[in-house]
Amino acid sequence: MKILVAVKRVIDYNVQIRVKEDGSGVITDNVKMSTNPPDDNAIEEAVKIKEAGKATEIVAITVGEEKAQETVRKALAVGADRGIHVKAEGTLEPLAVSKILQKVVDKEKPDLVFMGKQAIDDDCNQTGQMLSALLNWPQATFASKIDVKDNKLEVTREIDEGLETIEINVPAIVTCDLRLNEPRYASLPNIMKAKKKPIEEINASDLGVDVSPRLQQLKVEEPPKRKAGIKVANVAELVQKLKNEAKVI
Amino acid sequence: MSVLLITEHNNKELRPFTLNAATAASQIDSDVHAVIIGQNCSEAAKKLSELPVVKKVLSIEAAHYENFTAENFAPVIVKLAENYSHIVCSANTFGKNLMPRIAAHLDTSQVSDIIKVISPDTFLRPIYAGNAFATIKSNDLKKCVTIRPTSFDPCESTGGSAPIENVEASEEFSNTKFIKREEIKSDRPELGTARIVVSGGRGMQSGDNFKLITEIADKLGAAIGASRAAVDAGYISNDHQVGQTGKVVVPDLYIAIGISGAIQHLAGMKESKVIVAINKDGEAPIFSVADYGLEADLFEAIPQFMEELNKLNTIQK
Repeated sequence: MKILVAVKRVIDYNVQIRVKEDGSGVITDNVKMSTNPPDDNAIEEAVKIKEAGKATEIVAITVGEEKAQETVRKALAVGADRGIHVKAEGTLEPLAVSKILQKVVDKEKPDLVFMGKQAIDDDCNQTGQMLSALLNWPQATFASKIDVKDNKLEVTREIDEGLETIEINVPAIVTCDLRLNEPRYASLPNIMKAKKKPIEEINASDLGVDVSPRLQQLKVEEPPKRKAGIKVANVAELVQKLKNEAKVI
Repeated sequence: MSVLLITEHNNKELRPFTLNAATAASQIDSDVHAVIIGQNCSEAAKKLSELPVVKKVLSIEAAHYENFTAENFAPVIVKLAENYSHIVCSANTFGKNLMPRIAAHLDTSQVSDIIKVISPDTFLRPIYAGNAFATIKSNDLKKCVTIRPTSFDPCESTGGSAPIENVEASEEFSNTKFIKREEIKSDRPELGTARIVVSGGRGMQSGDNFKLITEIADKLGAAIGASRAAVDAGYISNDHQVGQTGKVVVPDLYIAIGISGAIQHLAGMKESKVIVAINKDGEAPIFSVADYGLEADLFEAIPQFMEELNKLNTIQK
């Protein structure tokens, strides 16, 4: 089985986000960037499946500017076999990314496509589902457990009410939850080895898909700030404040 | 053109957030039609027809709709979409799973998780875990919009009498098979709609210690929440997780116990009306959003909290 894993470069999850003064976006210059966290889970799961002898090849793919390639390199260092970097500038909406991925899937013919359930920058939570629709493949979103069984996957999904288990036929898309696994760190020897693994570069414009934005971001602003609160000295004061001042209990 | 609202239900009853989504839909356009897809769901369809904001109900029943699989739902909604300018659904796991599948079929760029309708084509939505708000204008002919349910009040649930029209089902998608759903049943209020939420974090140190949270929640008639750290550590099940990738809650009172307040957790609770933080680390980020902070060891503070609550003559529920 061949697994394609899509990864995205985003502002690191520990960075305090700052909004640009002109309202055109958030500050990304000189800000630490990393792989979108649930995409790390997607890579990890693919590597585990390969280690279990159930996958033959893992291809890591990213779509974006020059530096996005770092995320592919990182995936190669934890176990992906080769990489693809679809080069594209500017804002790419999930619809555009899913169309690009569809073209690559047509060429690569993977049995499975994995990716994180959501990117922590735009918080859209769309790309996996859109790609499934375009390919007319089954989708298992928010996966927290995956069992590979011949040409089927049994996937446990995290839903609002608890857990749901579905069985999907391959080829299929899985979007990964943070609880799917514990992503490993790349060892130094593996980081060195990854430098020799091939990354194919493709220009998005050569794929023949329309990636122009359909949405206009008119303004980005800071959310309203909460008024500073107070520290209470003890539990009795806390309960008294909740009862008589906030009147919530 | 009209708005098509996708109904979330369990074949018998409407899921509560359908009412919030209906409110958002009615702010886009007053002509709201609601589609309900399921199996033996006529009771739920009837309740839907009683929502005064809903002008028409479209009911689609078939065995393969029983478990709400997105692969089965999307094609039939895409067919209906011809007559509508907007498709609207809640941005919970049901809507998040389904709407992008519809949007891709319609070749439209979805606007996810909106918190405000500015105009029929312009919406406000949080990005970066709520650390920034983006105003987004959609230039697509058809707009697929998911709404953050806690940002819209639920609509009235009685008084309407919309006509119910039956619509033909589409074919079954055979490559996805539902196996089981493990819903955690609880007598407590639902996390997403509770007036009070009591949440525990990594500071609870074990699943057993969550009993302390349970006692307070029972006393206050509250729902139980948790940070991702507590869920990852296995102290409590995932359906309790509050945060960027869990549930967003906006209760009147949110009590965070042993939660440091990572950005991802704050994203799920910082709009709560009153926030209480109990943490022994006075520098914990949770205190920056707390109205009332108590710097204390939670294992001493929780029993005292129970004692003080027991002294009160009345507790609002």
